[in-house]
Amino acid sequence: MKKTWLSIPYAIWALLFSIAPIIIITVYSFCKRSTYGGMIYEFTVDHYKQLLEPIYINVFWRSLSLAAISTIICLIIAYPMAMIIAKSEAKRKNMLVMLFVIPLWTNFLLRTYAWMIILREQGIINNILIGLGIIDEPIKFLYNSGAVVLGMIYNFIPFMVLPIYSVLSKMDESLIEAAKDLGATSTQVFLKVTLPLSLPGVISGLIMVFMPAVSTFIISDLLGGGQTILLGNLIQNQFSVARNWQFGSAISIIMMVFILISMMISGKYKSEEGGGLW
Amino acid sequence: MKKIALLLVVCMMVVSLSACGKGEVNEQGYYNQINVYNWGDYMAPGVIEDFEKEYGIKVNYEEYPTNEDMQAKIKQGGTEYDVIFPSEYMIEAMKKEGLLQELDYNNLPNFKNIDDNLKDFTYDQKNKYSIPYLYGTMGILYNKKKVKEPVDSWNILWNEKYKGQIIMLDSPRDTIGITLKKLGYSLNTKDIKELEEAQKELIKQKPLVKAYLVDEYRNIMIAGEAAMSLVWSGEAIRIANENEDLAYAIPNEGTNLWFDGMAIPTTSKHKREAELFINYMMRPDVAKKTAETIGYATANKEAVKLLPEEMRNNKGLYPDGDILNEGEVFNDLGEFTTEYDRVWTEIKSY
Repeated sequence: MKKTWLSIPYAIWALLFSIAPIIIITVYSFCKRSTYGGMIYEFTVDHYKQLLEPIYINVFWRSLSLAAISTIICLIIAYPMAMIIAKSEAKRKNMLVMLFVIPLWTNFLLRTYAWMIILREQGIINNILIGLGIIDEPIKFLYNSGAVVLGMIYNFIPFMVLPIYSVLSKMDESLIEAAKDLGATSTQVFLKVTLPLSLPGVISGLIMVFMPAVSTFIISDLLGGGQTILLGNLIQNQFSVARNWQFGSAISIIMMVFILISMMISGKYKSEEGGGLW
Repeated sequence: MKKIALLLVVCMMVVSLSACGKGEVNEQGYYNQINVYNWGDYMAPGVIEDFEKEYGIKVNYEEYPTNEDMQAKIKQGGTEYDVIFPSEYMIEAMKKEGLLQELDYNNLPNFKNIDDNLKDFTYDQKNKYSIPYLYGTMGILYNKKKVKEPVDSWNILWNEKYKGQIIMLDSPRDTIGITLKKLGYSLNTKDIKELEEAQKELIKQKPLVKAYLVDEYRNIMIAGEAAMSLVWSGEAIRIANENEDLAYAIPNEGTNLWFDGMAIPTTSKHKREAELFINYMMRPDVAKKTAETIGYATANKEAVKLLPEEMRNNKGLYPDGDILNEGEVFNDLGEFTTEYDRVWTEIKSY
């Protein structure tokens, strides 16, 4: 009895901020559009059909691939980091984790602006390289896909490191000792023991990075110089200049479906070890 | 006992506070507050305070970043905004959606100060719903150190010489608009063939473009990191003040002429006070202060006379001759808006 009473705030929260918005977006995505972008409450699937046009498939494809590249690079960089942090002694461990989390306290936008200052033609890197006489003309680091990927990696890497670290630090050290006693080389220990046991952390890391990476529009605007259009930009445009909330809602729904599918795949791994962030 | 007394005091304070918030009629017979909703950075300091002092009406001032944000908020209702500052195409759209109230010119005698050339456009015939506030054009801001040739045509933005040195606006209507102008078409075209021709041009231009930006071009142009950028006139003049190598030019093929107007949305319940405010904004001294601080051209011909000479004679701000020959005003595209968005997506994803 008491339990149900305590769950009321949660129920209200979920209803107001999760369920109701999803229902509204779903309804919008099936509505017709008036000349000035108003909602006409008549059923249509035109907006979903429109998504099948090559240009929009193209946008989907580019967003997914850029996000996938960033996620994989994140994993490659983050795994050894997480291992180092997990293996260090308790006192240092806290400090190392802290150093990772502190930048998150600064506003996301600010951190991205900082990268613009570092990468621009009269930025820090170019000035140093020119000062050292390595190059004569400034290199164009900013405003290309590389800068976008860099921005994603930098901003989202903590979400990869932390879940992997949390799994690795909870791992039973004796399993590794046992493997070594039985004659496994360190490569074998890693491949046969450490890696499989850390998979739940890896999977939640992959999702935690992939989800924001696929929907970001700030990073591609600021670091990509608006050269490419990603899913996030496309949705943003629909809700602003294009005055096409219906189409924007349809894209959002499809994106949510993508994320849901990837979460379901990962759900299989997560439940066993409980190493994820949620 | 003490606690209860304290609680009572707090309650009374809350009640009296909320009573203050509620509007009443002041000594001059006006309702004592209005809500003004304007663009960011679009009101000279002191103007609001002077109005409050003069008429005893408190102005609740709020800012919006884009026309569309403002429109969405008006549509939702909620706050009872009394005066808004939409751009011309948004005036047209809001008028058609029935979001604007007709103005009563008996309460707006200062309308006589507005330049006759800037009245009665197709977006709002006979100025039934809006009064022009500030206006401007679109042109090319260029760095004289990097661009030695004369800048008189949009074609310069397609010149291979400036590869990686050109900044375009991350705004579909503007960037597609000047491309249509370059091709000799109307920037309000609803002809899909013309629009697709512009699309081809912009795809061709893409390898030369450094970036499509909205705000960041300021820093880049001031730092001299690009040769030229598409910009709005007032903005160009503000930026050029920070770096003397920069100059502004309006190409011969013509450009976009835009207006931001003052209007009263249907959310307003105090139209008389809103009109009082608009009339006040049209006073030459107030309009001069506005134009001087904000940097865009004022539609108020009496205010122009009061401006410092270097501002009045600035050809980028107040071009010679008939401005209507140089500039075309955006019309709302209605249903065709989505076509522009599709073309824009296509250009960007190329």
